[in-house]
Amino acid sequence: MPTTAPHALSDVTASDATLRRFLHGLPGVDTVGLEARAASLGTRSIKTTAKAYAIDLAISMVDLTTLEGADTPGKVRALGAKAVRPDPSDRTAPSTAAVCVYPDMVAAAKEAVAGSGVKVASVATAFPAGRAPLAVKLADVREAVAAGADEIDMVIDRGAFLAGNYRKVYDEITAVKEACGTSARLKVIFETGELSTYDNIRRASWLGMLAGADFIKTSTGKVAVNATPANTLLMLEAVRDFRAQTGVQIGVKPAGGIRTSKDALKFLVLVNETAGEDWLDNHWFRFGASSLLNDLLMQRQKLATGRYSGPDYVTVD
Amino acid sequence: MAPVFEYAPAPESRAVVDIAPSYGLFIDGEFTEAADGKVFKTLSPATEEVLSEVAEATEADVDRAVAAARRAFEKWSALPGSERAKYLFRIARIIQERSRELAVLETLDNGKPIRETRDADLPLVAAHFFYYAGWADKLDHAGFGRRTTEGHSGANPRPLGVAGQVIPWNFPLLMLAWKIAPALATGNTVVLKPAETTPLSALFFADICRQAGLPKGVVNILTGDGRAGAALVAHPDVDKVAFTGSTAVGKQIARTVAGTDKKLTLELGGKGANIVFDDAPVDQAVEGIVTGIFFNQGQVCCAGSRLLVQESIHDELLDSLKRRLATLRLGDPLDKNTDIGAINSAEQLARITALAEQGEAEGAVRWSPACELPSDGYWFAPTLFTGVTQAHTIARDEIFGPVLSVLTFRTPDEAVAKANNTPYGLSAGIWTEKGSRILAVANKLRAGVIWSNTFNKFDPTSPFGGYKESGFGREGGRHGLEAYLDV
Amino acid sequence: MSDKPEKHGRLSVFKTYKLYVGGKFPRSESGRVYEVTASSAADAAGKGDWLANAPLASRKDARDAVVAARKAFGGWSGATAYNRGQVLYRVAEMLEGRREQYVREVAQAEGLSRARAADQVDAAIDRWVWYAGWTDKIAQVVGGGNPVAGPFFNLSSPEPTGVVAVLAPQESSFLGLVSVLAPVIATGNTAVVIASERSPLPALSLGEVLATSDVPGGVVNILSGRTAEIAAPLAAHRDVNAIDLAGADEALAKELEIAAADNLKRVLRPQPVDDWTAMPGIERMTAFLETKTVWHPTGALGASGSSY
Repeated sequence: MPTTAPHALSDVTASDATLRRFLHGLPGVDTVGLEARAASLGTRSIKTTAKAYAIDLAISMVDLTTLEGADTPGKVRALGAKAVRPDPSDRTAPSTAAVCVYPDMVAAAKEAVAGSGVKVASVATAFPAGRAPLAVKLADVREAVAAGADEIDMVIDRGAFLAGNYRKVYDEITAVKEACGTSARLKVIFETGELSTYDNIRRASWLGMLAGADFIKTSTGKVAVNATPANTLLMLEAVRDFRAQTGVQIGVKPAGGIRTSKDALKFLVLVNETAGEDWLDNHWFRFGASSLLNDLLMQRQKLATGRYSGPDYVTVD
Repeated sequence: MAPVFEYAPAPESRAVVDIAPSYGLFIDGEFTEAADGKVFKTLSPATEEVLSEVAEATEADVDRAVAAARRAFEKWSALPGSERAKYLFRIARIIQERSRELAVLETLDNGKPIRETRDADLPLVAAHFFYYAGWADKLDHAGFGRRTTEGHSGANPRPLGVAGQVIPWNFPLLMLAWKIAPALATGNTVVLKPAETTPLSALFFADICRQAGLPKGVVNILTGDGRAGAALVAHPDVDKVAFTGSTAVGKQIARTVAGTDKKLTLELGGKGANIVFDDAPVDQAVEGIVTGIFFNQGQVCCAGSRLLVQESIHDELLDSLKRRLATLRLGDPLDKNTDIGAINSAEQLARITALAEQGEAEGAVRWSPACELPSDGYWFAPTLFTGVTQAHTIARDEIFGPVLSVLTFRTPDEAVAKANNTPYGLSAGIWTEKGSRILAVANKLRAGVIWSNTFNKFDPTSPFGGYKESGFGREGGRHGLEAYLDV
Repeated sequence: MSDKPEKHGRLSVFKTYKLYVGGKFPRSESGRVYEVTASSAADAAGKGDWLANAPLASRKDARDAVVAARKAFGGWSGATAYNRGQVLYRVAEMLEGRREQYVREVAQAEGLSRARAADQVDAAIDRWVWYAGWTDKIAQVVGGGNPVAGPFFNLSSPEPTGVVAVLAPQESSFLGLVSVLAPVIATGNTAVVIASERSPLPALSLGEVLATSDVPGGVVNILSGRTAEIAAPLAAHRDVNAIDLAGADEALAKELEIAAADNLKRVLRPQPVDDWTAMPGIERMTAFLETKTVWHPTGALGASGSSY
């Protein structure tokens, strides 16, 4: 299979051994220092006009997500409507970036957002565990793409990664990337909570970027630890450094656990001060979330009216 | 393309602090005018606005304060330790209660960012009083015996008497805490002189002593300039001298107390080396370098003012560092988003400016991020110099400002040799992911505080102080008790 | 020596007393000596019998001694505490073997009876043993771990200050000397010692024992001569880290302390000692120890959490 790494680093992907040498040669991550930096950026205070802008930006970055066994076309239609017009009482509220669903719901989602510009993202590759034969994973991807998915959120094989089979992980990503064709952007989910260490998260980030990810994404939202300021900061450093080295810009998507506007704004501060303003756009940064949207909308209403809003003034879907 | 994401100003409210138009000296539990009625103004270095007028202590005032402390000593030292402890716990609690007020006050008088006074200075001040409060009734467990003619008896160590304490302007209230908390815990009484440019938080502390019901004369605060400090350390009825400040003044004090029975501790200057090896956690090292030299505008005795970077990663690290410096926000210290505040005084700004100019004149390459300086007040942009060698003045002299000198090394031996090549010996940093190298290098460094993979961390349990011309004695921890006990 | 020719007429061999610097026994570079005479209770003015000519060390000898002490510091401070303990114990062993010599020298130097001189020598030997046992314990007694409020751990450990100038006590020429010297080197410092001015011979003889006791050259350097003359350049010397003023009178001590401020030497002021045989505390060790606190991040094992 031809490598897809479009840059000077392509020779490091030749084998498990060269990948290991490269990934283990990346600078280490000091846990305390990383978390302290993330916490320190969390104390940035955002007020007035900047806050209004940031809230709209955050809304426009949401991948509004439903990933339940109980999902139905009806549920997905409602989600799509909400993504297109998040605040029925205020048409100036921007649409979200995308809706994110299981592959068999892509068609319903596509219909719900048709003509709005809202993308449809589909998780794939035996989400969330990723424990299926490659052929099954690829079929999963192809089905979703065929149904019209604009974006594929794949999970990596964490078992292979933790066992040191970096080339296997790499090959799966490149295969999925190929299955995405030219129409779908690929988000690569590491499930950072299972990779456990920051060193692993940095290595996985580089592995994913080398293999052709368009986005690197923290988590499935299905495990105990999902997106955190620290692991997102670390991934932002990775995309920053990757662009500096290769000229290729990669997006970042923290997912799971981001529920309040306050949290979302802190993530935007991380983006701004780490990767920089080039990433402050929903083409390059996303929030994988569901309940976050309503909190953003309530904050938006508060800024507009000066009064605190309540859950009865935003829609439940 | 998104518009630029800008933070709007988020100033902390000044309304939480009420600064009186004038303050007297705090002697024997009362605020009183200076003997000759003289006063001086204290400014906000960020705006040059006059904040208040304070009394300027004379020798006669030093006499009065020392006499008050001497009178108070007998009862205070005779109190059960558990009672002294409770006073200190009270003080600690009141500091916590009033911490926002004190943080704003400190930021106004000193010029440092509210982010630092709120998140570093004030929490550490309260923690220091809590820590030493607990020691007051446990001194016989501290491992210091009293010297007797029979040798070492192991009996309860005794306080020294009246402590004369002179503190600097860079951490006004924190340095007060480092001095007063252990002194009171061990049963001494104190006369403290805050720095001329930052007298206010010490005067607010005097009020806290009153709120806590501390007996009169146990703590006396004298505001004034170097002359008052000199009179205090020279006073014949002072038993203990503790000074934090410049090495030059420290040497003068050492000469003053020579031949007396005064016990002396000195916490002086530094030229700390921050050593970054090629296997460092680079992103955290960049943060550590920034914290090391730009925390408190670099006006820190233990600042990592010399960056020693392994030559093989010099260019890469400098790129990262410069990119990071470009995100530093300089401006209104009361703005919660401000990283770099004002330089404390015109005099200090002049010194920093002169040394930076000398760095350029000696051929080092100067760089600062694009950075607009406010028109009023005392400001200096974060600055780094590359191409610096051990022979440059800016690699040897303590600048005490936001100026980093970048040097390179090739091997660990060379790093250690360069780090130690200074008359100072206060602090150092080591950045490497290799555990054995941390221990080996830390072992060889001649410095009192060494941070591995971090920098500028402080804690009341942890002794702080220097080797060589950075002074002697330790503040903090069990070791910090020794300076105030007859052992 | 004052020993009279033996009864069979054999002429005894006098010892030439020399300085002890860098593990060698040089004469003073000045080429000068001064007369050392016996002391006795009846003759406190020092007009006793001639004992020997001791070297009159110069400023340059002092400087050479500092160079030797500095050179020895890295190795001695870097030796394991266990090793330093073995070496100090070896000093005691060697002294025990030459006990009679020291009893004689101390008796003559201090005008003591043989029995009282023997008490002094025995106490001095025992003092080496006491400090030999301290080398690997002092760090545990004065150092320790500190419970930092945060994801950090730090350890405070004592480290030797460096080169220490020691003005040995004037009266107690041997026990006093050992009592101030042993604590300095037990912890890894190196020393430049100025022997008792009027009774330097036991100190100069100690050099002979140190040279054969595995004490590396330069760890202890012993000078004899005029205390004030030698001490002045040592107190002002920028490569000396500390000074013990035990052998200085009040005026000299003040003058030296002022000079010592130039590079902020650690100064141990003279303290009255009634009885050198009394059990010492650890203050003579801690006076020449620095505390180094080394911080390490700890944090969590994994990327477990968020702070907000």
